[in-house]
This record gives sequence, C-alpha cells and structure tokens, in this order.
Amino acid sequence: MALLEVRNLTKSFGGLVAVNDVSFHVDEGEILSMIGPNGAGKTTIFNLITGVLPPDKGEIRFNGRNLVGLRPHQITELGIARTFQTIRLFPNLTVLENVMAGLHCRTKAGLWSSLFQTRVQQEEEKFIREKALEYVRFMGLEGLEFELAKNLPYGLQKRLEIARALATNPRILMLDEPAAGLNEQETSELMETITKLRDQGITIFLIEHDMKVVMGISERIIVLDNGYKIAEGTPEEIQNNPRVIEAYLGKEE
Amino acid sequence: MALPLKAIAAKRKGGGYSPPLLKGFDQGGAMDIFLQQLINGITIGSFYALIALGYTMVYGVLKLINFAHGDLFMTGSYLGLTLISMLIGAGLGNQALLLALVGVFIVVMLIVAGLGVGIERIAYRPLRRASRLAPVVSALGVAIALQNSVMLIYGPRYRVYPRGVIPPVYWQIGGLQISLLQVFVLVLSLVLMAALYYFIHYTRLGTAVRATALDHDVARLMGIDVDAIVRLIFIIGPALGAAGGIMVGLYYGRINFTLGWGYGLKAFTAAILGGIGNIPGAMLGGMLLGIFETLAAGFIPQGGAWKEAIVFLILILILIIRPRGILGERVAEKL
Amino acid sequence: MKAVLNYLRNLDRRILYGALIAGALLIPVIIRNDYWISALVLFGIWAILGLSLNIIVGYAGLFQLGHAAFWAVGAYTTAILNIYLKVPILVCMPISALVAAFFAILISRPILHLRGDYLCIVTIGFGEIVRLFLYNDPFKITGGVNGLRGIARPSIFGLEINTPTAYYYYVLFFVLITILAMQRLENSRLGRAWNYIREDELAAEAMGIDTVKAKLLAFALGAAWAGVAGNIYASRYTVIAPETFSFWNSVVMFCIVVLGGTGSIPGVFVGTAGMILLPELLRTILSSILEWRLLIFGIAMVAMMIFRPEGLWPHRRYRLELRREETSS
Repeated sequence: MALLEVRNLTKSFGGLVAVNDVSFHVDEGEILSMIGPNGAGKTTIFNLITGVLPPDKGEIRFNGRNLVGLRPHQITELGIARTFQTIRLFPNLTVLENVMAGLHCRTKAGLWSSLFQTRVQQEEEKFIREKALEYVRFMGLEGLEFELAKNLPYGLQKRLEIARALATNPRILMLDEPAAGLNEQETSELMETITKLRDQGITIFLIEHDMKVVMGISERIIVLDNGYKIAEGTPEEIQNNPRVIEAYLGKEE
Repeated sequence: MALPLKAIAAKRKGGGYSPPLLKGFDQGGAMDIFLQQLINGITIGSFYALIALGYTMVYGVLKLINFAHGDLFMTGSYLGLTLISMLIGAGLGNQALLLALVGVFIVVMLIVAGLGVGIERIAYRPLRRASRLAPVVSALGVAIALQNSVMLIYGPRYRVYPRGVIPPVYWQIGGLQISLLQVFVLVLSLVLMAALYYFIHYTRLGTAVRATALDHDVARLMGIDVDAIVRLIFIIGPALGAAGGIMVGLYYGRINFTLGWGYGLKAFTAAILGGIGNIPGAMLGGMLLGIFETLAAGFIPQGGAWKEAIVFLILILILIIRPRGILGERVAEKL
Repeated sequence: MKAVLNYLRNLDRRILYGALIAGALLIPVIIRNDYWISALVLFGIWAILGLSLNIIVGYAGLFQLGHAAFWAVGAYTTAILNIYLKVPILVCMPISALVAAFFAILISRPILHLRGDYLCIVTIGFGEIVRLFLYNDPFKITGGVNGLRGIARPSIFGLEINTPTAYYYYVLFFVLITILAMQRLENSRLGRAWNYIREDELAAEAMGIDTVKAKLLAFALGAAWAGVAGNIYASRYTVIAPETFSFWNSVVMFCIVVLGGTGSIPGVFVGTAGMILLPELLRTILSSILEWRLLIFGIAMVAMMIFRPEGLWPHRRYRLELRREETSS
C-alpha cells in the first residue's frame, strides 16, 4: 500500500476547474516530483492534501487514513509537512523560534504546566530548544539562530523553511518549488539535502520547474497540465513522452 | 472614580420631528400603517444608504474601514446647522431660504470633502503599507479627535435645527401621508445615488476607480494615478455623508456630537449587509436596514431600547453566516 | 531622554525588577497622600486590564475592541453573587474569572476566523450588546442604568480591606502575580504558538499548531483576567454601573496595549501611566485640560501610528531592530 494515495481529486474555483479527476500515489521512501506548466494545479493539489482547501470530490488517504475534512494542523500531526511556494516564515521571529514552531505538535505542555513551570514542562522546553538547534545545524544555519527571519537572504530563508518543516518530524515532506530563485550552487546543495533526507527515511514529494533538479533526483515524476494528470513515470519515460513534450518541456535551467 | 464620561451625551438621537404617523387623518387598517412605516423606512434608509456609500467606497479602494466616516457625516450636520442659522439670521425669507438650501448643501459637502481629503493625507496615506493594526488605530484616533473637536466647538448639548426650512406640507394618498420633507429627502438621495452609480459605471474616471479597487499595482501600471483616485474617493464619500447629515438634521430637528457613532454603525452594517465594496449593495443595504428598523420599532414593543443591540446582532450574524453580504464578494475571512 | 530610556532598558534585569518591587512596596510609606494612593490603586486595576488585553492583542495579534465587556462580566458576576447571595468577595473572584472566560469562549468561537478589521467591528458589537444588556436589564438583576450598589469589601481571615493603603498592597499583589503569569506564558509553548499565529496564521496552522484552540485560549485567558480586574474594581468602589464598561473604555484599554508597546509587559505599564495617571496629574495642574483630553488622545493615536507604531516601550525583539537603526544612523 502506498503511503499517500490520491483518487479522483477534483477542485473548482467558480467556473474554473483547477484540479480535474487526478489520481496518483506516493510510495514510502521515494522522491516523487510533480511538474507541469504554471497554472496546472500543482499548488492546489498541495493545498488539498494538506487540508488548506476542501476538495469538491475525491479521496486522499495517508497510511490508509482518510485526510479529507481534517484541519491542516491535524494533517501535519499525522506526519505530512510542507513548504510554501512564496516563503511563509514568521518574519519578526528569530531563526530558532521559527524552527521551534515545527516542534509544537510534537510536544504537549499546556496552559497549566506553563503557568506553574512544572518539571515536565521545563524538560520539554529544553528538549524543544535542543532539537531545534539540531535542525538548524542540519540545514546549515548555525550562527544565525538569533537573526530575525526577515533579515535573512533569500537562499537561507528557503533553507529555514525546510528546517521548520523538518522539525515536525514528518513522514512525507512536501516541498513547493524549493529551487525557485536559487543559483547553481544553492541548487546543488538543495539536491544533496533532499537526497540526504530521503536516505534518512523521509519521503519527498515536490513541485518543481527546475528540470535539472527534477531529472536529477526524482525516482518518479507526475505531469500535470490544465488540471489533468497527463503522464506518470520515470524520468526517462517522461522525457520521451510526446504528450508531455507537447504540453511543456524544455525548461532546462 | 471611573473615567468621567460626558453624561449629557445620551446615545440616542431623534424625537424632534416625528415622521408622519397618520396624525389627525383617517387611520386605515394595519395595511396602511404598514405602508406608512414602509415609506418612513425608505426615507431613513436613504440616510443610511448615503453614509454607507462612503464606507463602501473607501473600503473598496483601500480595504480600510474608515471609522471616522460617521463623524464626517455628523460634521456635515453641524455645518449645515451653522450655515442655515446664518442665512436665517441674515434675514432670508422662506422662498429665498429654500433656494439657498441648495447652496448650503453644496458648500457643506465641499467643506466636508476637504476635511475628508485632509484626513486621508494626514492619517491614512502614511500608513498605507504599514501593518494591519496601524490604520485601524489611526482611524479610531481620527474619529475620536473629530468627534471631540465638534463637541468643543459646539458644546455637548443637543442642538436644534431651525424648523420649517422645508415648509410642512403634507399630502394624503389614500390612507397614507407623505410630507414635502420626505419627498425632498427621498428625491435628493436618489438623485445623488443615481449620479454616483452613473459616474462609477459609465465614465472613464469611474472605471479608473473600479480598477483601483481591484488592484492598486495593476491600476498604476495602466497609468492610473492611484493617489488621485484615493483623494477622489475621500471627496465623494464624505460629501455624500455630509449631505446625509444635513438631511438628518432637517428631518429629525436635533443633532448631537455623538450622532456619528450611532449612524455610522448602522450605515456600516448596511454596507456589510449589501456587500462591502459594492455600490448598489450599499444602497440596497441602507434601504433594507431603514425599512427593517422602522417596521421593528413600530411593531415590536420596547423595540426602541434595543435598536442598537439588534443592529449589532444583525451585523455579527451576517459576518458569521454570509460575510459577503447580499451582492458582494468574499472578503471578511482570513486565509 | 532616549539615552536614559536605553540605559534603563539594558540594566541587568534582575536588579531592575528588585528595585522596582522594593520601590513599589515603599510607595505608600513615601507618599502619604490618600488621593494619590487611590489613584495608584486605579492604576493597578487598569494595568491588570491592560495585561489581560495584551494576551489577545499583543501576543495573539487579534483585534479586540470590546474588552470592557469581559471586565463587566467579572464585575457584575461578583456584584450579583455578593449582593444577592452574600458570597464573599474573594470567593467571587475565581468564579468571576471562570464566568468571564466561559463567556469569552462562547462569543469568540463563531468569529475567530474573521479578518482583522472585521473582528474589530464584531468585538465592538459584542461590547455594546453587553453594555446595552446591562443598561436595559431585561432580567431585572443588573440594576439598569443605576447599576448595583452595596458590594462588600474583600476580607482575608476576617481582616477587611477598606483603606487606600490596604487596597494598594492588595492590588499590588495581584499585579505582581499577573506579571509573573504573563512572563511565564510569554516564554512557553502556548506563548510561542500565539506569536506564530500573530505572524502568519496559515503557516502556523500548517506547522501543526491548532490555531482555533490557541485563539480561544487567548480570549479565555484575557477575559478571565479582566474578570479578576472586574472583581477588584467592584469591591473597591462598591458601586458599578453600565457606563463604566463603555466602548470608550475598551478603546482606552486597546490604546494602553498598542501605544504602550504591543506584546510588551513594561509597555502596558507605560501605556497605563499615559492613559490613566497622566490625566490625573494634569487635572490638578490644568483643570480645563479634561475637556481637551479626548481630542489630544485622538491626535496622539494617529501620531503614534505614524511615528512610532511599535509603541513607547516595544517588546524586546523590536528593540533589537530599533537599536540597529539607531547605531547605523
């Protein structure tokens, strides 16, 4: 059974059908890329899976469990984390505080234990801080823990967003155009990071336009165009698929 | 030792002029009362509509709730009082006064429009790209400052509008009674609203306004001077509100510096009811609210004391159940 | 002036707090003027109100312009329990807090999803509905326009608190507890959740934070503390009336938080001093200033938003920014 299964997913906005009867699955431990021209419905699918938008029709199952109707934070708790196409960090908070956000759903100190600073709560606070520092280090942001997120350069902001998502300890990490705006070196580093994450057991599902990244690290690719899934397969199969070539290909960076 | 409030300023205005309720004429059945209240309701509704238009236009273009708008309406009311009193003091007879009334309207509308533009320039423009909090606080500050300025100048007590500026002529149609004053108010309101509607939908400038309401940056790229459009909005909105203010003074006979608060709230509810940012919506919302309020006050015992609470309740319910209002698009929810 | 403020801000915090608390404890000894001590009692009550609203507006970033309603619920709950059922004041306090919190959860649940300025209007609406309810008194228990009178004073182990100085220490105690609680909340998982929601609610939700629950908690806690302030207020003045719990006072609370420094505890005190003590000080100097007070406040609100939107004593994180700007210019 696949880790994430999407069946007959459909979503319209007013008269426009953004996602049209799309079905696919994500296997555990793989790196799956979703590509397609702008407006094909890719981010909408991300929003549907993570509960930000409700689907009109269709099923979404994670580990056999139905996701439709759950709120986004519940879906994150189940083990799906995401980043955003336009970075959505907490701008006036520090790097460390941003990453600590991811640990919220993995800890449980509530109102009373916070007010009375119980020993459990104190230890949990220490745990949160230490774990957050680990993620900061993993994404190469050490030294910047106390910088405000809004003051970071773009490339580091993208890394911070991934660190924050990682802190939720996800089984699937969904990255929305992680390579957008990155230069060559940053892109290679990104590809290394993604592969490293996969090797640690995290399934990666990404949207991307940068073909170097897509072809370089994906095991499987899904292609969307105008709300329809028009192809699915290995990088070689996709590269030679006439429908894909017709819809869009050749965006070599 | 709570913060001392001006106890004199009661929240409720009105009572100087009672809308015709079949005084001394044959009372037809409930149907006639109903229709009579309907007419009264439409009259009051047109006040709300005029003020609501100001809210809706500013919101449509700037996505800002101009809390000071109700107080601009109130200022118009007071300025009208001053001018009319001056004219009467100068010995103008009834005929001349009626003609001069047009001039009063124009002058007051211009002054309040100027006030509106000034407020926009000083209190809103610098905050256009600031946080969501800043414009709200600033708008509240303007409202408080304006309300208090009027109080300091004119005093905290009720002020009475000169009577009979519009001669008390009544007509009877079947079991219904309509006064010249009501006809005047209705006609003027409709004329103003029609003019606005025509302007927005059938002129180039109006199209520019609509474009700016959709997207500032794109409008700018199309060559529209967004700052000028905003100034225009702050001319039209307050001017309409001021006209409404004078009409309220003429209709009810007495005004108070807290007028803006009560009317502002109701007008804002009307704007939301019709669909904020939508001009026909504001007109529709105003009418509906006026009719509802009059019918409720007429047919529900003790309705008067709870009027404001009911209006608030309506507002809250709309925002919870159908925030886009009757004619508007989705705006009130976060995403 | 700026140099003095900066120096004060950078002092080792513990020394500063110790000095402040010592100073606060000694004030009634130094100032032997009942009028001013009473003024400080009022200051204390408003500071608690400001701190309670700070949770909702400052931490969670929610617009709340009807906070006086929660204050009213607390005060009237205490008054009703005490006058009709003879419940002792101190017992009324936690009950008032709970009732206020419950009320807050009830009314905020359906409106939590609303955007800033709309939430603003709705909270104004709720505030006014509560006030009108108290004023019109449909169930004949709130005393209508004249309110309720004859509320008892609190008594601890038989000792009744009924002098200005006694009240001063009574309120000081609660103020200190409130500050302690706020600091602990700020640096806790819940406090951080509020920060995340304030910064970007969608992202917070996506990172696994139950934003609905956190926002409800913010309202509930803010209301509970306002309820406590209501209890203290009711027993201090023994008379309460609807006109105290007005929209204007909600605006004052809001200004205290925003103009003092959103989200910052010292900021709330600065704000309270400005909105409550300053007019008192000025009143003795210039009696006519009272009429101009509102006008001045209105202008001050606009000016603050334009020139110093982060408030007079901003939260630490914003001071980092300011300091950077100051050193570079």
